[in-house]
Amino acid sequence: MSLLLEPTALNIKEEKLYKEMGLSDEEFGMVESILGRTPNWTELGLFSVMWSEHCSYKNSKPLLKKFPVTGERVLQGPGEGAGIVDIGDGQAVAFKIESHNHPSAIEPYQGAATGVGGIIRDVFSMGARPIAILNSLRFGELDSARVRYLFEEVVAGIAGYGNCIGIPTVGGEIQFDASYDGNPLVNAMCVGLIDHKDIQKGQAKGVGNTVMYVGAKTGRDGIHGATFASEELSDTSDEKRPAVQVGDPFMEKLLLEACLELVKSDALIGIQDMGAAGLTSSSAEMASKAGSGIEMNLDLVPQRETGMTGYEMMLSESQERMLIVIEKGREPEIQELFHKYDLDAVAVGHVTDDHHLRLIHKGEVIADVPVDALAEDAPVYHKPSSEPAYYREFQAMDNEEPAVENVEETLLSLLKQPTIASKEWVYDQYDYQVRTNTVVTPGSDAAVLRIRGTEKALAMTTDCNSRYLYLDPETGGKIAVAEAARNIVCSGGVPLAITDCLNFGNPEKPEIFWQMEKSVDGMSEACRVLNAPVIGGNVSLYNETNGTAVYPTPVVGMVGLIENIEHITTQSFKQAGDLVYVIGETRTEFGGSELQKLVHGRIFGQAPALDLEVEKNRQALLLKAIQGGLVSSAHDLAEGGLAVALAESTFGTNGLGVEVDLKGSVVTALFSETQSRFLVSVSPEQKEAFEQVVTAEYIGHVTAQSAIMIRHEGQAVINKPVKEFEDSWRGAIACLLS
Amino acid sequence: MKFAVIVFPGSNCDIDMYHAIKDELGEEAEYVWHDTEDLSGYDGILLPGGFSYGDYLRSGSIARFSNVMKEVVKAAEEGKPVLGVCNGFQILLEAGLLPGAMLRNKELKFMCRTVGLVVENPDTMFTSAYSKNQVIQIPIAHGEGNYYCDDTVFNDLKANNQIVFTYEGLNPNGSLGNIAGITNAKGNVLGMMPHPERAVDALLGSADGLNLFQSIVKHWRDSNVITA
Repeated sequence: MSLLLEPTALNIKEEKLYKEMGLSDEEFGMVESILGRTPNWTELGLFSVMWSEHCSYKNSKPLLKKFPVTGERVLQGPGEGAGIVDIGDGQAVAFKIESHNHPSAIEPYQGAATGVGGIIRDVFSMGARPIAILNSLRFGELDSARVRYLFEEVVAGIAGYGNCIGIPTVGGEIQFDASYDGNPLVNAMCVGLIDHKDIQKGQAKGVGNTVMYVGAKTGRDGIHGATFASEELSDTSDEKRPAVQVGDPFMEKLLLEACLELVKSDALIGIQDMGAAGLTSSSAEMASKAGSGIEMNLDLVPQRETGMTGYEMMLSESQERMLIVIEKGREPEIQELFHKYDLDAVAVGHVTDDHHLRLIHKGEVIADVPVDALAEDAPVYHKPSSEPAYYREFQAMDNEEPAVENVEETLLSLLKQPTIASKEWVYDQYDYQVRTNTVVTPGSDAAVLRIRGTEKALAMTTDCNSRYLYLDPETGGKIAVAEAARNIVCSGGVPLAITDCLNFGNPEKPEIFWQMEKSVDGMSEACRVLNAPVIGGNVSLYNETNGTAVYPTPVVGMVGLIENIEHITTQSFKQAGDLVYVIGETRTEFGGSELQKLVHGRIFGQAPALDLEVEKNRQALLLKAIQGGLVSSAHDLAEGGLAVALAESTFGTNGLGVEVDLKGSVVTALFSETQSRFLVSVSPEQKEAFEQVVTAEYIGHVTAQSAIMIRHEGQAVINKPVKEFEDSWRGAIACLLS
Repeated sequence: MKFAVIVFPGSNCDIDMYHAIKDELGEEAEYVWHDTEDLSGYDGILLPGGFSYGDYLRSGSIARFSNVMKEVVKAAEEGKPVLGVCNGFQILLEAGLLPGAMLRNKELKFMCRTVGLVVENPDTMFTSAYSKNQVIQIPIAHGEGNYYCDDTVFNDLKANNQIVFTYEGLNPNGSLGNIAGITNAKGNVLGMMPHPERAVDALLGSADGLNLFQSIVKHWRDSNVITA
């Protein structure tokens, strides 16, 4: 119950109450000059959430402008619920990634669950049928009980929501590093399928048209969630628990089905999710995008609790709600549609022509604010940027091999590192098959879903090696995009576009802003060269606990088109006798590598180099070979280098092994993380055709003995049954948790 | 043959069941909303998986009060084939069409993977296309598949050959007697946790589930040829 009286405009100004809501003195001054008066408590709340970093991107906007956002296939770029890319035959794919880091740090189950729920709504608010969920997770080291708790609950939350709503969770990535100890990252991505004709926009067009509220009732949960997500975490963040929302996937399943029925109706004008900043952002943004205004009577908003104020209703982030605008007079048919699913659909207002958001509660106007001021005209800052000392130090270091005594033991240890180890413990808890389209299930380079009724399929992945980004954000940014593309290509797909989730520390620190700037530069260049524009995403800043920032972690979510299901390729070896090749030369590059972390317990030096033109050519040639049916298996070389990739390609093959002979320094040959490399197997019949298309080094063959036999210039250096490696790899995470 | 795929609020494997019947089996299927009060036009009833009513209170406990369930009971009494998969199985238990109850998986976690199932009884209208002790690969995806019943019921199930499928090797959820699927005493109602409708196309890993649906159709054809 909120029986406390709201502060008056005078209180707000004299006691600087706006500071508690995250507004600066200058920003408060701007609000006053926009309104020509001091805002009341409700209005202050509207500005506070809409001008938070989470909603306004005020610190990241200048950087986001650098991303290439157009392309011949792009139907919808950044700015709507999700971006949309054409895949031919009148169909398109809609996708977006979003963070739920702060809520997950405080209340991991609900934080992760509502992250999934929110991104699903973004996709179906476009009119698309969600077909897959992916995620990208970061945690501290698993030797801490708190981290194990966060990890287990986040996974349970993702599973709880995705499984119940019936959208398969098909892929993702997880890394563990001490920099995420107090601030885990939980990024969720949703991919949807849509016919061009059904594409919706979040616009409040047509003066007099009806604004309807559909879905779950509004409660007091999540008030100021967006503001909370725009500040650093600290030991007292637990007090912000009420800012975390509670999810109900059953409700969202009903809302999803009702909305997908709704988009077939010509009564629908616009639709938008009530996500961060709930009713405020959806109404203000829909009006601003359409150049209109909205008037709402908050008495009519379906409420879960009694005595809610206008302020609480506007700032609540209760889940599973949508705001829609429909043609005036057609309310009954819309209500009937939603009532079939036992959902509220209530006319709460109408579209106006005065460019204002006007709110009425109990007969009084409680807010009257220009919509553009909320949605478009938030302040934009170009923060100072400064190159950190550590970067100069790392750049001056030479690439050296970590000292390794026994390469066989080292491979076993690497396979047990939680970042490399099998994530079966995690994805076993996700229903990755529901809707029966998942051709390549979690565990390969990218997940692949067929498109029912066509010959086509979609490949999808999330990627980001934040250690490289910490050492060198520009190169690391390029690598994140390139690696995502490698995963798509290895699966037989052409990269279409990316969505990104930029997770960084506090942008007000010049060294953090520098990381952001450089990362975005690197990503932008890679997107341009690899022809994968950015069609949307999300920014999550202030990922710091008690003053320490996470590694720069701009996660890339990529979707690719597989033109024919015949092209689908996985990383597993297929047949004894197949020839094994490595595409790309290997250099001594261990900065930020798994081996460096294992041997030294920390990372330093230069990130692996990346030449985007080389990358592009290799990807194109490999894809050509895959599409030509010349390749049995393909796997990109990533964490742990060639040795780990060779081992992974034998796992789950029911008895296949591999025998190879390598040259050069043995530690470099086995464990270096040089970029733009691939491990492929080719049947002997395709040898000549393959070698004509791709330049690759032959290193050995797939064997019928289930053993990994690696020779170095003729001398056996690794020779053990596959089972020993596979058991270590498969059981590592469960073992660390028990 | 015409199948009804019953859709409750929160069902989410209805689409898989529908496409298995239409695209892979080549028979007729229709989605039937939970408030329907007449199933007389259908030859077989399919209760798909999912989270009917969000699994609130207990899996299947609310769905079993839906209008359509009176009709499902009637169809079962008439001897029509009734198949409940996963949440559909849970609803059949709650409705009393099958004996026993579901507990949470022994490890208290949702579990998604493909498992081996042993065909214990190939002499039912659901399994005639399999052979005795054949091992088939069928996916599971559930959090509450740990079947339980008392000794009397368990002995009856065994004595009447009502245990149709058991898990091969490691039991994934702790179910009594490794039970994965059972029929009623009459043999026309089958409840099973694994998803045969997810195993009808080799592209997705296994087509071993198709024989189950083909068995149903064969039984129906045989019965109808006699009366034709």
